[in-house]
Amino acid sequence: MAAYWSNLAMVTSVVVYLFALAAFAAEWAAARRLEPVDAPAGVLVGSDGTTLGGGLPVVETAGDSTAGAASSEARDAKARLRVDLFGRMGLGLTVIAWGVHLAGVVTRGIAAERFPWGNMYEFVTAALLFVVTIYLVLAFRGVRWLGLPVTLLVVIGQGLAVTVLYVAVAPLVPALHSVWFIIHIVAAAVAGAAFNVGGLLSILYLMKTRAVRRGKVRGYLAKLPSPQRIDELAYKFHAFAFPLWTFAIAAGAVWAEYAWGRFWGWDPKETWSLVTWVVYAGYLHARATAGWRGKRAAVVAIVGLVCFWFNFVGINLLVSGLHSYAGI
Amino acid sequence: MPADKHLLDPFEQPEAEAAFGPDGASEATAEAAAAEAPSGGTGGASAAKSGTSRTRRSGTLRASETLRWLWTQLTSMRTALVLLFALALAAIPGSLLPQRPTSPVRVREFITANPQLGGFYNAIGMFDVYASPWFAAIYLLLFVSLVGCIIPRVGVYLRGLRAQPPRTPRNLGRLPAHLAFSGASTPEVLDRAEHLLRTRRFRVRRLPDSVSAERGYVRELGNLVFHVSLVFLLCGIAWGALFGYKGSVAVVEGQSFSNTLTQFDDFTSGGAFRAGQLVPFTVTLDSFEAKFETGPVQRGAARVFRANTTTTVDGVSSQQTLEVNHPLVVGDSTVHLVGHGYAVDVTVTDAGGDVAFEGPVILLPQDGNFLSVGVVKAPYARPERLAFEALFLPTAVDTENGGASVFPDALNPLLLLNAWSGPPKQATGAPENVYSLDTTGLTQFTVDGKPLRFTLAPGEGFDLPGGGSIAFHDWKRWVSLQVSSTPGLWLVFGSVLVAVAGLCLSLFVRPRRVWVKVSGDRVEVAGLDRTEGRGGLDDELVLIADGLGLAPAPTAGAGSNPPATASAGPATDADHAAQRAAEDEGKC
Ligand code: HEM
Repeated sequence: MAAYWSNLAMVTSVVVYLFALAAFAAEWAAARRLEPVDAPAGVLVGSDGTTLGGGLPVVETAGDSTAGAASSEARDAKARLRVDLFGRMGLGLTVIAWGVHLAGVVTRGIAAERFPWGNMYEFVTAALLFVVTIYLVLAFRGVRWLGLPVTLLVVIGQGLAVTVLYVAVAPLVPALHSVWFIIHIVAAAVAGAAFNVGGLLSILYLMKTRAVRRGKVRGYLAKLPSPQRIDELAYKFHAFAFPLWTFAIAAGAVWAEYAWGRFWGWDPKETWSLVTWVVYAGYLHARATAGWRGKRAAVVAIVGLVCFWFNFVGINLLVSGLHSYAGI
Repeated sequence: MPADKHLLDPFEQPEAEAAFGPDGASEATAEAAAAEAPSGGTGGASAAKSGTSRTRRSGTLRASETLRWLWTQLTSMRTALVLLFALALAAIPGSLLPQRPTSPVRVREFITANPQLGGFYNAIGMFDVYASPWFAAIYLLLFVSLVGCIIPRVGVYLRGLRAQPPRTPRNLGRLPAHLAFSGASTPEVLDRAEHLLRTRRFRVRRLPDSVSAERGYVRELGNLVFHVSLVFLLCGIAWGALFGYKGSVAVVEGQSFSNTLTQFDDFTSGGAFRAGQLVPFTVTLDSFEAKFETGPVQRGAARVFRANTTTTVDGVSSQQTLEVNHPLVVGDSTVHLVGHGYAVDVTVTDAGGDVAFEGPVILLPQDGNFLSVGVVKAPYARPERLAFEALFLPTAVDTENGGASVFPDALNPLLLLNAWSGPPKQATGAPENVYSLDTTGLTQFTVDGKPLRFTLAPGEGFDLPGGGSIAFHDWKRWVSLQVSSTPGLWLVFGSVLVAVAGLCLSLFVRPRRVWVKVSGDRVEVAGLDRTEGRGGLDDELVLIADGLGLAPAPTAGAGSNPPATASAGPATDADHAAQRAAEDEGKC
């Protein structure tokens, strides 16, 4: 019974997320018609994309702060209201979808009589729930603009989960009977969610930097804060995720010591967790290295995210190792 | 080249203006300036740069200078970055190609299938990446770089601990956050500022007309602790690898295993291991329970593995159950349950009526439904020795066409055999594989020109055409036990724990400097965050100003740059909120 409701909720959440995505896309489309915003004179952008004059206060490039010509102001104000309406619709729909999604994950756990992250389907749905949770916390603190990429990610992820990855409820294999199962996987899922949000922000940062450099900041990009702000936010997510990821790997090592009698065995999954970790360590170093911060660091962060996804999708499906019992 | 606050920390020098000046400074001077600043977070990189310029100036490179130059290069941040990426890249092939320590059979198959490529890979160590010299070179270089990077930074940090907060810069208006209050000066404002900042856990330095305060020293401490723990982690791993051992053995239900070298089927140990390290104990496998999913979802998946054992240590016996996540711990050794399979209990009688072989024979599982294969050998059967190739099907179907098993549990167990005989062989003492049959010197039994094949259920027997027989009494389970000891494990996990703690400090503590300055009737409050994300700096300044009883609406400081009251204006409020949100996320 609970399994039935869980499946229904998961599929419903995909549909509602899709509507939310549509609303956010409409917000973007409506914002396109607004006056383009040029890079204000106060912000100089260096060749590596960082803002010059380190300590200078950032001049915001938010669309709302541009003053159009007096005649077009009224028209503009109306258009802005419409844009805002779409944005709020998107957020509202995301909240609804999140509620349904949460119900889906919880009922899955009830149906299985254990924590619902014992296979790929369950892990994806749980990790995406963390992603949306993070987004909602941010959104109610002014970062609604992240809605478009987040809902896009979630629609794709949840969509694949319910179609390709779905497996019916089943108990765990003996190897997963451990408290470390809970600790290790929750840490990995939350860290993964934060890496994903950070990665999206790094992508936005690169896009915005490019637009600013070309002097063509319009539409959705104009709604974003300054590149520096996006970059700082991206850093915060990575800085939050990295220790957690470190902990997740360590917890996995403790568990492996219990289950297999060795804390590290260069299993493909272990190897790629380490590769991901090292790349993110590279990201943190890059931010402290002259000539690497800004654009290059953002690229490193995106490479880190690619490694994370490869570890999750590629290794589970392509390479066989001890971890593959979790399979699909 | 951005005039960045990391590299260009003005407050290590008396002349703040020089460093905050226009962005004309070339990279070299900027970095040289940073090198002189002792407590920057990027000590490694800047030290490297200053080293470079020094050698360049001297013109000729003497040997010691070359070495010095190499050393500064190696310990630079950029090198660390390159080595990190190299490590990530180098780790990848081992995850995609079969590796000898874990899957030697697949390595052999790969080489057979691709002789040329396989041979090449083999030559460059691609089948044992994590023990290859080039992989070791990368991580050893990284750790040398790490040590070379930490040692000077520890020194700098210790010196910095005793140092006072820096002198107040001349022009506070150029700082990223700045508030100025005209006509607000009172005689005791600096005393109050000193007290207030102390209660806010700043380290405070009183100057004639200003107060300089700094906090967040633990950030660098956290960073150092993190990096030092990595070194300890490596030591812990090396310790375990040198003094540890790992052996595995298959034990059939009813049999025992004693922890001595000769009893292991397979044994590896570190270079410093001595056989005397093996703690003496005996494990008897009383029974092994295996349960598999019988429902429609994940049919056949493992559900319960439980080995009931009697363990004897120092003459004291106790009943213990051994499960996948519950190893037995005996002294500093642990016994893990790492595999299981089927064994068949058979008796072979020779043509003379004598029992030539008796006992359980371990068979190796070939698939998820435990189709298992093995060999029954009776070398002492006379006049001819006998041997049988065995195929065991726990839930047998289709035995006419070779046979298959459709479920891992023994629901319909059948043993399929073919038989061989040959003249007795001289015992050479050469080791023989117990799981495969070397058919040289043997002839297969045939019926009507076709190989003889027969199927036995438990309790059945078969008489061979020329005399002799084999009886299949029953099946049993065997488990594969892994006995291992990894000394230094506490060091490994301890360092990781400390590393994570240091990491949290390093990433979440934000060092900050604040100044309160009186000039005439004007009071200025200014601040600088020494790490990224100056979230909350403006708020803290406002709080401090409030605490000093300064008027809530400040006048903008008169600097040549735009006033730093960036929080003014509705457009940025949302962003501030967002930033604060993200900060809350970031708390450890
Ligand atoms: C095993 C290799 C290494 C790993 C995994 C590693 C990891 C990290 C991480 C995760 C951080 C960010 C946390 C923080 O800011 O404290 C960091 C920062 C730092 N690392 Fe490393 N590191 C390694 C080697 C090195 C080496 C060889 C150097 C010296 C060149 C170095 C110098 C630094 C410095 C200076 C920072 C501080 C950056 C800042 O101020 O933001 N690290 N490291």
